[in-house]
Amino acid sequence: MKLRNTLLAASAVMAMLAGGVQAKTLVYCSEGSPEGFDPAPYTAGTTFDASSRTIYSRLVEFAPGTTNLVPGLAESWTISDDGLEYTFKLRPGVKFQTTDYFTPTRDLNADDVIFSFDRQGNKDNPFNQYVPGVSYEYYTGMGLDSMIKSIEKVDDLTVKFTLNAPNAPFLADLGMDFASIVSKEYADKLMAEGKAADFNNQPIGTGPFQFVAYQKDAVIRYKANPDYFGTKPHIDDLVFAITTDAAVRAQKLRANECQIMPYPAPADIDGLKADPNLTMMEQPGLNVAYLAYNTQVAPFDDVRVRKALNMAINKQAIIDAVFQGTGIVAKNPIPPTMWSYNDAIKDDPYDPEAAKQMLADAGVTDLHMKIWAMPVQRPYMPNARRTAELMQADLAKIGVTADIVSYEWGEYLKKSTDVNRDGAVILGWTGDNGDPDNFMNVLLSCNGIGGSNRAQWCDKDFQALLDKAAATSDVAERTKLYEQAQVIFKEQAPWLTIDHSTVFMPMSNKVTGYVMSPLGSHDFSNVDITE
Amino acid sequence: MADATATNTPAPGTRRQMLAEFWFYFRENRGAVYGMWFFIALVIMAILAPLLAPHDPIIQDRSALLVPPFWEDGGTTNYLLGTDAVGRDILSRLIFGARYSLFIGIVVVTISLVGGIVIGLVAGFFGGWIDMVIMRVMDVILAFPSLLLALVLVAVLGPGLTNAMIAIAIVSQPHFARLTRAAVLGEKNREYVMAARVAGAGKMRLMFRTILPNCLAPLIVQATLSFSGAILDAAALGFLGMGAQPPTPEWGTMLAEAREFILRAWWVVTLPGLAILVTVLAINLMGDGLRDALDPKLKRS
Amino acid sequence: MIKFILGRLSYLIPTFIGITIVAFGFVRILPGDPVLLMAGERGMTPEHYADMMQRLGFDRPIWQQYLEYLWKLLHGNFGDSIVTKQPVLSDFLTLFPATLELAFCAIIIAVVIGVPVGVLAALKRGSWFDQTTMTAALVGYSMPIFWWGLLLIIFFSGILGWTPVSGRISLLYYFPTPTGFMLIDSLLSGQKGAFASAASHLVLPSIVLATIPLAVIARQTRSAMLEVLGEDYVRTARAKGLSPRRVVGVHALRNAMIPVITTIGLQVGVLMAGAILTETIFSWPGIGKWMVDSISRRDYPVVQSGLLLIAGIVMIVNLVVDLLYGLINPRIRHS
Repeated sequence: MKLRNTLLAASAVMAMLAGGVQAKTLVYCSEGSPEGFDPAPYTAGTTFDASSRTIYSRLVEFAPGTTNLVPGLAESWTISDDGLEYTFKLRPGVKFQTTDYFTPTRDLNADDVIFSFDRQGNKDNPFNQYVPGVSYEYYTGMGLDSMIKSIEKVDDLTVKFTLNAPNAPFLADLGMDFASIVSKEYADKLMAEGKAADFNNQPIGTGPFQFVAYQKDAVIRYKANPDYFGTKPHIDDLVFAITTDAAVRAQKLRANECQIMPYPAPADIDGLKADPNLTMMEQPGLNVAYLAYNTQVAPFDDVRVRKALNMAINKQAIIDAVFQGTGIVAKNPIPPTMWSYNDAIKDDPYDPEAAKQMLADAGVTDLHMKIWAMPVQRPYMPNARRTAELMQADLAKIGVTADIVSYEWGEYLKKSTDVNRDGAVILGWTGDNGDPDNFMNVLLSCNGIGGSNRAQWCDKDFQALLDKAAATSDVAERTKLYEQAQVIFKEQAPWLTIDHSTVFMPMSNKVTGYVMSPLGSHDFSNVDITE
Repeated sequence: MADATATNTPAPGTRRQMLAEFWFYFRENRGAVYGMWFFIALVIMAILAPLLAPHDPIIQDRSALLVPPFWEDGGTTNYLLGTDAVGRDILSRLIFGARYSLFIGIVVVTISLVGGIVIGLVAGFFGGWIDMVIMRVMDVILAFPSLLLALVLVAVLGPGLTNAMIAIAIVSQPHFARLTRAAVLGEKNREYVMAARVAGAGKMRLMFRTILPNCLAPLIVQATLSFSGAILDAAALGFLGMGAQPPTPEWGTMLAEAREFILRAWWVVTLPGLAILVTVLAINLMGDGLRDALDPKLKRS
Repeated sequence: MIKFILGRLSYLIPTFIGITIVAFGFVRILPGDPVLLMAGERGMTPEHYADMMQRLGFDRPIWQQYLEYLWKLLHGNFGDSIVTKQPVLSDFLTLFPATLELAFCAIIIAVVIGVPVGVLAALKRGSWFDQTTMTAALVGYSMPIFWWGLLLIIFFSGILGWTPVSGRISLLYYFPTPTGFMLIDSLLSGQKGAFASAASHLVLPSIVLATIPLAVIARQTRSAMLEVLGEDYVRTARAKGLSPRRVVGVHALRNAMIPVITTIGLQVGVLMAGAILTETIFSWPGIGKWMVDSISRRDYPVVQSGLLLIAGIVMIVNLVVDLLYGLINPRIRHS
C-alpha cells in the first residue's frame, strides 16, 4: 500500500516536472539487482552503486577519479600524534532526504555518525539485527571491530574515534561504502513502528540522489536530492535499468534505451568503440590476478624454482587469449593506478631456456605440480580455466607437468587457504579503499597465512616494512616503504603476478561529466546530459 | 502425449510376421522414413567424426576469429561454416557435437528406461504398499518442472555433461515407471500370465519373461520421445551453463558461448541451434512413425 | 463427487510432504557454502564463520533444521533470502505476476491457435493443410526454445527494430503497478502509449513460450478429434443426417475436448520449465530467472522455497484439471 502511494506521489512529481521544464533523465543500464539499499551488510559493487554512491554520503570521500581522500560530511579532521585519536568536525546544516515515507526533524549530527558504526560493531545495539541473520561483512572484514576502541560524541558536530593501535589506512576505510552515514532518527522511528526491515527497502541518506521506487529485478528510480549539501546533480531523474546480460546492455545502449552502461562483453568492445554515437572510457581496474605458489611446500620453498616458473610462463599470451586486449600484464602486487606503485621494478622476462636452466640448477627434475583454476569469472580474471591451460602448455615446454584442478567456488576459496595445499592457485583481489595496505597486508602478510595469504609466504623484511607503513600517517613516507616492499616481493616471487584487467565504460555522446572511479564504483552526481 | 495402449497378445511364433507388419505400417509414414534415414546418417557422421571433420574441434586458430561461412563476404573454404570467437571451425564442432547429442540420448534413455522398467514392474507386480510408496515418489518427481529439477540436481552434483545426463535421466524416469506399471496392471490378470503362473513360473520369470515383452510397445514410443527430450534438455542445461563445459563442442554449450555475438555473427548462433532442431525433429518423426506402427488403435482409424 | 475430491486430496498430502523433503534435501546437499560465498576472496575468521553459521541456523542437525522448516512453513513463513534478506514469499509474490502474465499470454496463444488448427486438420485429414500444419507442429515440438528466442531477437529486434530487446515496458512510462500485470496496469495508468509499449515487450517472449504448448495442443486436438470422429455415436449422428457442422460442433468437439483440457493442464509444468529459459533470454523479471540466479548464488532459502512454491502451483493446477476432468467425464470418478 505504501509503495503504491510512493509511486503515485512520485509520478505526480514527474508529471509536474514534465509539465514545466523538461526533466533531465539519465538511464543507466546496471549489471544486476542490488541486494538491498542499506550498504552496510553487503559486499557487492552492484549494491553499492545503487545505494551508497547515490543515496548516502560518508565522513570522508574519494575525490572523483582518484583514491585521494577529501572532506565529505566531515569538514575537517585531526589525528593525534600517537595516531590513536581521530577527531572529525561535522559539516553543519546537512539535511537528510525528505521523502513521502520520512520527513527529518533535525539535521545530521554526531548521534547519526556514532549510530552508523555502532550498529555494525556492537551486538547489543538494537539495530544490529534489524533483519534476522544480517551481518556486517565489511566492518569485520576490514578489521574495524578490533581496530576501534571507542567512538565518542564530543559535541553535536564533533566525533572522536579512538583506536587500539595506530592504523594509517583507517581514514581510507571511512570513505568506503559500508561506512555510509545513516539517519538515527529514521532508524528509531522505524524501530518504534515495528518496521525496522524497511530500513533496507526505503533508504534515507544525505547523498546526491534520493530513492523513489524499486521494481524488483527491473528498475530503480531516483531523483535529485534538492537539499544536497554538495554541488546539486545536473540531472533531475536517475534510472537504473537492470540488465544482466552484457550483450543486451550493449544493444539497449545503441538503441538509446539507456545512455551509459558498465561491463561490456569483451566481444562487443570494438563494435561499441566504432559506434559514432558512443564514447568509450577505459582505465586499469584496481585489481590484480595472481598465481600463488605454496612457499611452504617443497620445491616451491626454493625461490629459484618460483622464479623459474615465472620465467617459463608467457603472460602476454594469456592477456591476448583470455582478455582479448582488456587487460595488462602485472609485475607488482598492486595495480598501476594506486599510489606507491613501483614502476622501476622490472618484470621477470619470458625465457623458457633460462627457466629450464634455473630449474636444473635448483636440482629439480621431472616436476609434477597442480594448478588451481577457479570456477567463476571475476573482474580480474574472465576465464581461469583457459589461463590455466595456457600455463600448462608453457610449463610443459620446460619439462614441468601441470594438472589443472578446480572446485566449487566456496570450496575453492576455503581449500586454497590450507597451509599444506598442494599446488599453485589462481586467484585475485579487487581493492576496497585504494590503500596499498589493502592489497599487500591482506594478501601477503605473515598473519594472513592459513587465510587470505594464499602463498603462505612470510618474509620478515617485507612484514617489517608493512608494519612500519601502517603505523605512519605521512603519505610520502608510506609511499617509500611500500615501494621497497614491492622490491622484496619481486625478489622473493611468492606469486606469478598475472594481470590487471581494464575497465570499460561505454556511454552516449550526450553524457558529459562522467569520471571513472579507480575503485570501480559508478557515481552520477556530476553527470550531465545534453539534448 | 504417449497414450499407454497395451498391444494385443501376440500369438507365439509370429515374430517375423509382426516385424513385417510393423515395417509395413512404419513405411506408410513418409516423414518417419525420412527421419530414420537422417538419423542413420547422423549416427554414421558421429561415428566417423574424426575422419569427416576438416579440423580439430578444439584447436583455436588465432588468426581466424569469427570468420563467416564461405558464401559470405570474408569467408573462406578452409572454414566452410565459419569460425567462432576463438577461431575454432564451426563445421567440425557441429560434426563432433553429433557425438555428444547421440551419446546423451542413448545414456539418458538407457538409464531411465532400465530404471523405469524395474521400478514400474516392481510397483505393478507387487502392488500394495510398495506400489503406493513408489508411485508417490514418482508423483513427487513429476510435480517439479523437469528442467527446474534437473537444474537443481546438476547444481547439487556439479556442472558437467555426466551429471547433466544423470539429472535428466532421473527426471524422465517416472514416465517409464508409470507406463510399465499401467501395462503390467493391464496384463497381470490375463490368461497367459495366469497360465504361466499356474505352470509354476517364478516371480522374476513372470515379470521379465512373461509380462514385460508384452508391454514393450508404449515403452518404445516413450523411449523415442525421451531420446529427443534428453537432447533438448541437455542443450538447455548447456545453454544455462550447467551442462557440458567449454570447450566441449556440445551444441547447447556452443549456443551459450555464442550468445554475446547474436547481433554480430549470426552463424555462431544459428548453426548449433539448427543442428539441435533438425536432430530432434528427425527423432520425433521416427517416434511418430513408431507410434503409428505399434499402436493398433490408430491403425484402425 | 465429494468422495472423489477427498480421494484426490488424500493423494496430495504425502506428495506434498515428499516435495518438502526433496526441496529441503536437495538444497541442503548443494555443494558450496553460502556463508563462504558471502565473504568471497576476503575470507572470514573461523569465529565469524561459526557465528554466521549459527545465526543462519546451519549448524544444527539436518533433521532439526527440516522440522523447523516445516514448522515455519505451517505458519506461512517461507524463510528469508540470504542475499536480499527479504522474505522469500514476498520476493516470490512480487515476481510471480510477471511470469503469470507471460504464461497466460502464451497459453492463450497456444489454445486460440492450436485448437482450431487441430480441429481443422482432423476434419481435412490428409489434405495439404493437415500435412503442413502437422509438420509445423512437429517442428515446434522439436524446437530448442532458447535458440528460437535468440533467432526472434536477431530478426525482430536486431534487423527490423520492431520490438524492444528486453524488459517489460519502456522506461519512459512510470506508473503504479497495483496488479503486477503490466498490460492491466498500463491501461489503469491512463498514460498514452503505455499499453502499446507493454504489449510490444510481451510479444516475442510469449510467442517463444507458446511454441511447445501450441504444437502439443494442435497435435493432441487433432488426434482426439480423429478418435471421436471414428466413434460409433458420431457415425450414427452422421448417418441420421445431422448437419456436419452440428455433428462436429456439438458432439465431436465436446468429447474431443476432454483429453485436450487435460493436455492444456499438463502444459503448466512445461510452461514453468519454459519460463526458465524464456525469462533468461529476454531478461524478463519473473520467477524462472529468479530461480536460476538463486541457484548460482547458493541462496538456499530461495531455491528451497521457490522449488516448493512452483511445485505446489503445478500440483494445484493438476488437481484442478483432474477434478475438471472428473466433472466432464463421470466414468473416471468410479475407476
